Amino acid sequence: MEELNQEQWAIDAKGLVKVFGKNRAVDGVDLKVKKGTIYGVLGPNGAGKTTTIRMLTTLLKPDGGSAEVLGYNIIDDANQVRQRISLTGQFASLDEDLSGMENMVMIGRLFGFSRREAKKRGEELLTAFDLFDAAKRQVKNYSGGMRRRLDIAASIIVSPDLLFLDEPTTGLDPRSRNQVWDIIRLLVKAGTTVLLTTQYLDEADELADRIAVIDHGKVIAEGTSGELKASIGSGKLHVRVYDPEVRAHAAQVLEQTIQTKVLLGTDPLVLTAQVSDTKLVSKALLAFEDANINISDFSLGQPSLDEVFLTLTGKPADDQTKEEAAG
Amino acid sequence: MSNITQAEAIEKALSNRVRPKKASALSACLTFSGRMLLRIKYVPEQLFDITMFPIIHLLMFTYLFGGAIAGSTATYLQFVLPGILVMTVVMITMYTGIELNNDIKKGIFDRFRTLPIWNPSVLVGALMVDLVRYLIASTIMLVLGYILGFRAEAGFGGILLGLAILLLFAFSVSWIWTTLSMIMRSEKSLMAASMMILFPVTFVSNVFVAPETMPRWLEAFVGVNPVSFLVRAVRGFMEGTPDYQAVLWVSIISLGLIIIFAPLTMYLYKRK
Ligand SMILES: Nc1ncnc2c1ncn2[C@@H]1O[C@H](COP(=O)(O)OP(=O)(O)OP(=O)(O)O)[C@@H](O)[C@H]1O
Ligand SMILES: [Mg+2]
Repeated sequence: MEELNQEQWAIDAKGLVKVFGKNRAVDGVDLKVKKGTIYGVLGPNGAGKTTTIRMLTTLLKPDGGSAEVLGYNIIDDANQVRQRISLTGQFASLDEDLSGMENMVMIGRLFGFSRREAKKRGEELLTAFDLFDAAKRQVKNYSGGMRRRLDIAASIIVSPDLLFLDEPTTGLDPRSRNQVWDIIRLLVKAGTTVLLTTQYLDEADELADRIAVIDHGKVIAEGTSGELKASIGSGKLHVRVYDPEVRAHAAQVLEQTIQTKVLLGTDPLVLTAQVSDTKLVSKALLAFEDANINISDFSLGQPSLDEVFLTLTGKPADDQTKEEAAG
Repeated sequence: MSNITQAEAIEKALSNRVRPKKASALSACLTFSGRMLLRIKYVPEQLFDITMFPIIHLLMFTYLFGGAIAGSTATYLQFVLPGILVMTVVMITMYTGIELNNDIKKGIFDRFRTLPIWNPSVLVGALMVDLVRYLIASTIMLVLGYILGFRAEAGFGGILLGLAILLLFAFSVSWIWTTLSMIMRSEKSLMAASMMILFPVTFVSNVFVAPETMPRWLEAFVGVNPVSFLVRAVRGFMEGTPDYQAVLWVSIISLGLIIIFAPLTMYLYKRK
């Protein structure tokens, strides 16, 4: 990564730590987010994503480490930070008892708009986010997708320089998810830096310029989605032979073609391999034919988040196959 | 958002990058007051305590004790109304903390805390609306009292002065509950804790009977109970014989409570 000077970083966090009792929820997280980009923080339940965001948005004091957000220290210049960022929390940061419009006006007023300006801005954003018809309904009667959009709309009443989105699409149907993705892309186009957390690899892949994978409060991998994929293999190849007798031979053939270690599943007919170069996979199919090995199943799966974690946390490959057989 | 116009609308909305001047502390407080008023609009049942308590308390205590304590309900009403007024309002301050305890668990508070506003405005705004609630409860009780035959010797002016000192005290006591609501994990434990404080201090006071009739040790406690000072102050104003010593004590106690519990609440709020 090229060295940038101070002003080019939207977030520059070093060694953030947060301890709850004995639980090191965040355990030395470094993050560097370049202005004008989308940064994805990927991790399973309890990885420490929300806790990290709460520290960066001044909601929680870190127990260790430090961070500059848009050039301001999150502890010493918390007010400066607050003026420039916005947060869309994991659980709707809205007043469920109020209507959509009442939420927008209230938050607009708190940002310093007059009642009239707040109303105008609210109408503009609700219309743009396809919520105008629901403006007068109580938020508790909104669908998940509508709630998310309103939440994001409320976060950009005053366009922030940096927007934090904590799991913006968890629980949304594919259509709502696409709507939220489009909104995020447009936000960045308009000059906002976005840090989002997600449990889905494909979401990080789709949106983020760079991704940090975190687990147990630690960053276990960081890079562009291309770099991450290269390091974990682009997917898992699953081959099933007809005859258990030929499996060893098939494994040999496959290993030669795709040049990675092939694992034998507990099922006597199954072979699996982590693939880094998908081009080699089609060659494997031909190689089987040449070697006269009949196969009943040949499929390449996208790496799932589970596989990413298993690979990154360095669990023995043996465990992987066992777990798979069990599941 | 698949169609072009929607995307354009979003882009237009986003291109509007006006940054208004920071909201003033007063305007932030008023916005939060507005929020509480809107919530009453949607859930009017929450007014139940402030409308029913005054009526039930006044009728119950006047007719239950009146004959026995003062010989006639009419004489007793004249004596007891200011006291029951104090008791009722001080009791309903408790709901401020309970509501806050519920409210603060909601996601919206994360947003409030990341906004560049004067931090205490969230609480001050809500407490301002509570003053209105106390005022409604007082009005209901006074109107009912008048119907039943209560008359304030000092007239309307005396009533206003009495209400003023009562609201000051209620506002400052509210900060105890806001502090507790930051510490207590559940609504139930908060309710129990506030009851444990409120029951003795409101009942073991001069609300129902003159302290001279009590055993000496009890009289001593009643004599230093802040609620007794408040009752003396309110009675004094309404009867046209202001008890300035009591007024002074109530003011000192109120300011003391605010000075201790307001910063404590804010400290806990920020750390939450
Ligand atoms: N206020 C708290 N008190 C105690 N423990 C907490 C608190 N907040 C979080 N934790 C713990 O810290 C760890 C990290 O939690 P965090 O909410 O940051 O995870 P997450 O990555 O956001 O998970 P999810 O995907 O479920 O939202 C978890 O083990 C959680 O139980
Ligand atoms: Mg979370």
